[in-house]
Amino acid sequence: MEWTMTLDAPGKVCLMQGNEAVVRGAVEAGINFAASYPGSPSSQILGMLGKIARERGFYAQWATNEVCALEACIGTSLANARSICIVKQNGLLCTADALHCGAQHGVKGGLVIVTSDDPSAHSSTNEFDSRFMAMSADLPMLEPTTMQEAKDMVPYAFELSEKYRQMVLLRLTTRVCHGRSNVTLGPLPEAPHPLKAVGEWDRLVCVSYRHTPMLETLDSLQEAFEECPYNRYAGPEAPKKLIVAGGTGRLYAEEALHRLDAGGEVGLLSLASLWPLPEKLIARYLRGAEEVLILEEVDPFLERNLQAIAGKHGFSIRFAGRGDGALPRVGELTPELVLAAVAGLAGKTPPARKRGAEEPLLERELNFCAGCPHRATFHLLRRVLRREKNPGIVVGDIGCYIMSSQEAGHYAYQACNCMGSGINLAEGLGQLTAYGLDQKVVTMCGDSTFYHSILPGLVNARYHDSNMLLMVLDNSATAMTGFQPHPGTGVTAMGDNVAPMEIRPICEAMGCKVAEADPFDVDATEALMARLLQEPGLKVLILRQPCATLKSKQGRAKVRVRVDQDKCFGDGCGCDKFCSRVWGCPGNSWDFTKNKAVIDPVSCVGCGVCAKLCPAGAIVVEGGDEA
Amino acid sequence: MKQLKCDPLNIVICGIGGQGNVLASEVVGSTMTELGFRVSIGETYGASQRGGSVMSHVRVSAARELGVLIPEGEAHFIIGFEPLETLRIARRYAGEETLVVYDPRPVYPQGVLRGAQAYPNMDALRAEIRSLSASAREIPAADIALRCGDARAANIALLGAFSRLSGAPLDREDLSAVLRQRFRGAVLEMNEKVFALGCEAMDAEGGAQ
Repeated sequence: MEWTMTLDAPGKVCLMQGNEAVVRGAVEAGINFAASYPGSPSSQILGMLGKIARERGFYAQWATNEVCALEACIGTSLANARSICIVKQNGLLCTADALHCGAQHGVKGGLVIVTSDDPSAHSSTNEFDSRFMAMSADLPMLEPTTMQEAKDMVPYAFELSEKYRQMVLLRLTTRVCHGRSNVTLGPLPEAPHPLKAVGEWDRLVCVSYRHTPMLETLDSLQEAFEECPYNRYAGPEAPKKLIVAGGTGRLYAEEALHRLDAGGEVGLLSLASLWPLPEKLIARYLRGAEEVLILEEVDPFLERNLQAIAGKHGFSIRFAGRGDGALPRVGELTPELVLAAVAGLAGKTPPARKRGAEEPLLERELNFCAGCPHRATFHLLRRVLRREKNPGIVVGDIGCYIMSSQEAGHYAYQACNCMGSGINLAEGLGQLTAYGLDQKVVTMCGDSTFYHSILPGLVNARYHDSNMLLMVLDNSATAMTGFQPHPGTGVTAMGDNVAPMEIRPICEAMGCKVAEADPFDVDATEALMARLLQEPGLKVLILRQPCATLKSKQGRAKVRVRVDQDKCFGDGCGCDKFCSRVWGCPGNSWDFTKNKAVIDPVSCVGCGVCAKLCPAGAIVVEGGDEA
Repeated sequence: MKQLKCDPLNIVICGIGGQGNVLASEVVGSTMTELGFRVSIGETYGASQRGGSVMSHVRVSAARELGVLIPEGEAHFIIGFEPLETLRIARRYAGEETLVVYDPRPVYPQGVLRGAQAYPNMDALRAEIRSLSASAREIPAADIALRCGDARAANIALLGAFSRLSGAPLDREDLSAVLRQRFRGAVLEMNEKVFALGCEAMDAEGGAQ
């Protein structure tokens, strides 16, 4: 609950989301500065920090991208500020250069980077294990198991950062970010951390001779982590069978040991300091162990590193984990996977249970929301490209419109790489159209992505006049991650109204040909798309229509859309059930008893676009202004 | 402190993105926290706010610190916003003692509307949910909410029905108090009406014998 973020009640127990716990931890640490770019599963953190920033006397920003966010934090560190930077796994990858250079020059004020990994890629295009970034950059990393630890580790990470003058990474996973559990509140500081003037000899400069001091810092941190209060062990003094857990694995292992009644003979070492690893602590429990099961999220990071430690000490141990097939190589840990693996280690049989029918249940595919402007955009794009002599090439990017790589967007994409990549992939292809590639090249980005990482690509495409069309799908929101403001919206994370930076004049100032349309104005948009595709060189088409979910949050006047079933020809119509089968909006359902179209009143948001497209004119829009 | 029917007590709330799963789990979780229990909640939604299956795991214990996911077969209650999703969850999480309360109104997946897939036969679906659980009660929650003016309140109707099940960790009064904390004015009035109708629908079903 948001009100618990600033509640001055030390000792009170609250139910907190992991993301909320990090916010509370930052408030208890007296931060001065926070910056982030939204990315699931940790998008909520900066949103909440922004709301309470004024009250608690710090500054919070939705930065244009993750590099801006981290580098701003490094800047403020020079003035002794406590800064927190929040990124998701892919965002951390964006910051790689700043992270590695920053590790070499270190920090003055404490700097904590919260990075959220998404095992099973619940809301990501890929899985990534950010522990390798800590290892690569020689930076310390902590990982909490519970919401309480997620809160407590933030002030702890700031203390480490200031003591060792180094950035500290805090790795979260989706189950911690989106989970909730009890957190006991700590005291709030009287005032934020004191700033200090930047002295003439305060230096944060990345130069090669800083390499050795950086490694010495890492050695000192390794010593400190031997005593890290969040590393713990339970079980026999010298276990022959040992579980080593990092992150969520600990609680699954405790429950599995409890259910199997195996806690007496199996040891459980839980590690929170993930890099550098406390080698002496680990060796103490590996010595004498015959079998070791490693529970960790994403890659066999601990498994490989523990094998190295065992090898160094000459221990002969059978390791089991993600790397050896005892656990799957992809996907998050679950209680079932852990139960089976722990049962295998302990030589016990997991409890049996009754199962349902074998034949699989149909899965729900992802779809654009009811009334989403992207549905109209991709429908029109497909119609236009179908009229071309050769099929066009559609290059995607990262945002809600990524669903067009599926049925929802008629499998529109030929390629989709990372955020901001679409313009560059298309730029390359566009150049080939002068070398015998006879296809139209189209790419798209959302409004938030435009500012995040399209701009340099657009400069490149315009300067080299690539033969391509960039569609900016401007829905006035960073919709996929929860409607965070961006430079086009005219608001900031702290709720200030500022001058928005309009997309059109930015493109025009670069010298791009720019056109604009409303995808709900279907005929005009289709004609414009078709015309632009015939024009040579770089074209930018801005498609403006606010996100349907954003509009429903703002509570627009409701119109009612219904099907006049006397006019609907049902199965007999030549339209092939256009509304529910082709258009595919969740609001367009089918009345299987009458075999006619019907509007689902629960899903429909009243955009009225289907009424414009129904060939029988059977869909009626009543009341209010249709889109 | 109240006595839990089992410790840990495990509740799965399931449905489709946008139906109010997260609010329902958060309401149950914070009420149990206020009552002095240890609570862990796991939300599985990802990008599925856009039409996909979603589930929340709510776990309550007097003293134990629990992982946020319920092991398969260990749910004591399943609250379902949609029949296909209820069956999906019952197959994974139901056990011999599981009590199920669900809305029997189907929400067709896009593949069904496109004609590429068939929605399961409703009689077979109902029978399988019953066979996997100790008791399964149907509550027309979306209809109740629509009748009261806002389909989004279906979660409140189901919470009302859930509170009337035997062994539910919180009762009608506990949840009424939460509604009064969370809502004001006309919205509170509508939610209280939906909640009462949800409770009555379960009482008319005879609760869970």
